[in-house]
Amino acid sequence: MPAISMKVNGQAVCGEVEGRTLLVEFLRDKLGLTGTHVGCDTSQCGACVVHVDGKAVKSCTALAIACADADVVTIEGLAKNGKLHPMQEAFREHHGLQCGFCTPGMIMSAVDMVKRLGKKLDEDTIRHELEGNICRCTGYHNIVAAVKAGAASM
Amino acid sequence: MNDTGIGARVRRKEDHRFITGKGQYTDDINLPKQIYAYFVRSPHAHATIKSINTAKAKKIPGVVGIFTGEDVAKDKLGGLICGWMIHSKDGSPMKAGPHPVLAQGKVRYVGDHVALVVAETKEIAKAAAAAVQVSYSVLPHVVDVADAMKSKAQIHEVAPDNRVFNWSIGDEAATDAAFRNAAHVTRIDLVNNRLIPNAMEPRAAIGSYDTGSENYTLYTTSQNPHVARLVISAFHGLAPEHKLRVIAPDVGGGFGSKIFIYAEEVACVWASKHIGGRPIKWTAERSESFLADAHGRDHVTHAELATDASGKIVGMKVHTKAAMGAYLSTFASCVPTYLYATLLSGQYNIPAIYAEVDAIYTNTAPVDAYRGAGRPEATYVVERIVETAARELKMDPAEFRRRNFVTSFPHQTPVIMCYDAGDYAAALDKALEIGDYKNFGERKAASARKGKLRGIGFSAYIEACGIAPSAAIGSLGAGVGLWESAEVRVNPVGTVEILTGSHSHGQGHETTFAQLVSDRLGVDINNVSIVHGDTDKVQFGMGTYGSRSGAVGMTAISKALDKIETKAKRVAAAVMEAAVDDVEFKNGTFTVKGTDKKMAFGEVALSAYVAHKFNSAEIEPGLKESAFHDPSNFVFPAGVHICEVEVDADTGVTTVANYVAVDDFGNIINPMIVEGQVHGGIVQGIGQALAEGCVYDKESGQLMTGSYMDYQMPRAADVPSFKLDFTCTPCPSNPLGMKGCGEAGAIASPAAVMNAVTDALGVRDVPMPATPQVVWKTMQPMKKAAE
Repeated sequence: MPAISMKVNGQAVCGEVEGRTLLVEFLRDKLGLTGTHVGCDTSQCGACVVHVDGKAVKSCTALAIACADADVVTIEGLAKNGKLHPMQEAFREHHGLQCGFCTPGMIMSAVDMVKRLGKKLDEDTIRHELEGNICRCTGYHNIVAAVKAGAASM
Repeated sequence: MNDTGIGARVRRKEDHRFITGKGQYTDDINLPKQIYAYFVRSPHAHATIKSINTAKAKKIPGVVGIFTGEDVAKDKLGGLICGWMIHSKDGSPMKAGPHPVLAQGKVRYVGDHVALVVAETKEIAKAAAAAVQVSYSVLPHVVDVADAMKSKAQIHEVAPDNRVFNWSIGDEAATDAAFRNAAHVTRIDLVNNRLIPNAMEPRAAIGSYDTGSENYTLYTTSQNPHVARLVISAFHGLAPEHKLRVIAPDVGGGFGSKIFIYAEEVACVWASKHIGGRPIKWTAERSESFLADAHGRDHVTHAELATDASGKIVGMKVHTKAAMGAYLSTFASCVPTYLYATLLSGQYNIPAIYAEVDAIYTNTAPVDAYRGAGRPEATYVVERIVETAARELKMDPAEFRRRNFVTSFPHQTPVIMCYDAGDYAAALDKALEIGDYKNFGERKAASARKGKLRGIGFSAYIEACGIAPSAAIGSLGAGVGLWESAEVRVNPVGTVEILTGSHSHGQGHETTFAQLVSDRLGVDINNVSIVHGDTDKVQFGMGTYGSRSGAVGMTAISKALDKIETKAKRVAAAVMEAAVDDVEFKNGTFTVKGTDKKMAFGEVALSAYVAHKFNSAEIEPGLKESAFHDPSNFVFPAGVHICEVEVDADTGVTTVANYVAVDDFGNIINPMIVEGQVHGGIVQGIGQALAEGCVYDKESGQLMTGSYMDYQMPRAADVPSFKLDFTCTPCPSNPLGMKGCGEAGAIASPAAVMNAVTDALGVRDVPMPATPQVVWKTMQPMKKAAE
């Protein structure tokens, strides 16, 4: 099996993978970073979103080997020095989560959204941009409010 | 109210672990020497199994074991059960066919569990499952409930016409008489579309057997781990309860689908013993969730509503065919009966009601409780026919409802329920105001100028939560009691642990339950922890479903807190050398009437454990109390939802333009959390109305909507933000005055949306889901007629 190395949440990591190993499997099974979730098998639900070289990626659709030498950030790497990222803070403040399963992907997508589109996001834009993230609990109402507030405070 | 007590919008205590990726869901747990399971599933809707050849699969390196129905039978592992006995109106018991953990001789739906493969890795298990050779002889099948009683497919030997039961409720003769004297009768035929629950966390299990202690442990995605342990012990016969531990850690949503005891979880924990005790992990792929999670709804109904000359409802008749799927799931039989037909009176004073329900097997996944469980189906019937009647009588739909509302309480309906408290007109008035009903005409005209058809629809729903009392439901066929338990452990330093039989899978119990403790004991909520979901920690409990954890679970905690207060007062009295009756407790401090003596709650807790200052023969040391609460009645949340839609006449696309919900949940512990529950419920209902529909192909019996590519889950852009408000008539049957809020949104919204869609199009009915294609097709004859 080929060995790969990459940077995950600022730390150099390496491990052996099969050619078919998905990035999400590498993160969850090899590195124990179980905050990134798998909610479907068709790249629809977005529970697995992480950042690869600064861009939001569905880690169930990327091969680990294709991410060799990349800089990967997962939900576990978002808070810095014990301080929550403003988007994490906003999800808590606005009750943007219930069961919490879709939440890591939602937050990672939301952070990416702000990086691409800026801090002033209107409701229509947020709803359109969340197309690749499914939540079954919240009805999105509070997620939209959280993303808006989180963006403004980033 | 203190700032973390009852009524406060406290931010959730559980959120920190979820937003930092530190939740512990079943699939996040890995045990030493763990191996992986994959299930061989039926590719046919109905077939006999001629042979299963596992030889080739067993040779694949890394395969640890392969189990079939034969192994299950040899080991006498009991089958899956349905825990609610329903009798047909002729007195005969329901016809429950066998439901083995692994198929024995026959498969009855696409996805039925045929064999279990365990291997060193997920990939090997999957490859070996593909190498298991099963030879089938295909049988005729039926997937539509409407056709199933006449089908030549016979799914279970015990039910020659595929009918599980023919049940009735209400007074048929009185209802017939009411119809004979009616001035007007409204008739409607409705299909309540089959839904697939789709909690975002797929089901998962880790089953293990300790060869030393001979104990089993099952980690599982369950809403009620104690009930799972009870059923696996008592009915599957795996091990007595003290030798089986069931743990439901963080669970990523349930919506009913994780109440049930399923074959996969049982198979994993059973098989562990047969491979020397190595833990077996199974995590459903989403396609397996579509195939093999219990589905919801799937009713075909004919209803009639009789009114007198003044627009008063005088009677109602309902006949429903309810799909059960291929097997009776854990609580399947009570859903289209006692959770459905008992709510057919809605918020209305209806003197006579008669309903008949045929529960019918089809070659599909089992159908069981899904958010609302029977009550959304009842609300859909009542609110669609009431709206249709108002239109036929040319009455304003709001005023027609108001004219028929129940206005005095308690109110005994003709279908068992006794409504205890409510003010339905208050919710209607508030909803009309917030929804700006009087100016709807202007908005409709404005939509028309954009080429859009605008419609408005009401849903004045009522539901029943906190199913109880146990003795009453026992007499109706329930196999369990539906009380709840709580234990309050006060530590010597005054911090508090609450052990509860309720289970949180998104509802926020770690916060709301702590708010109750904070309110009662004056303890900071950060000094309260909620323990749940582990049968080795919590003695027993009935779990979370049916919006019961507030009204039933918190009442049990409240009763245990009463006992804590009583005991603590005795301790405080002894320490402060006062009479017990002179000790008062307020805001976390014990005082002695008429003196300046006082003790903080934490000091009393310490005194209780140190036990230096009282006679242990009179007062036992320690501060720990427990309670079981069995409610005296259901609770009856109710409210009015108003939906406005805009339909694009060219494309058939329906947009929810405005949505108002006014709900009466009695007293509310945390409005922020309650609003979140309502938002989520409404969207599940909008999903049912406009997007979601489970489709089995008639010809092949295959599930056509088996992934998120084919089954349309509501996404953020498909729904609006909502306008919510509340009214409050406290529930008289529990000391907290609470009702339930978890399902209301999903119960109310399908009828509100579909009343709006039919209003927009000016038609009697549009089937759910009213997708653009369905709406466009509905409109074509109308367009032709207009040309």
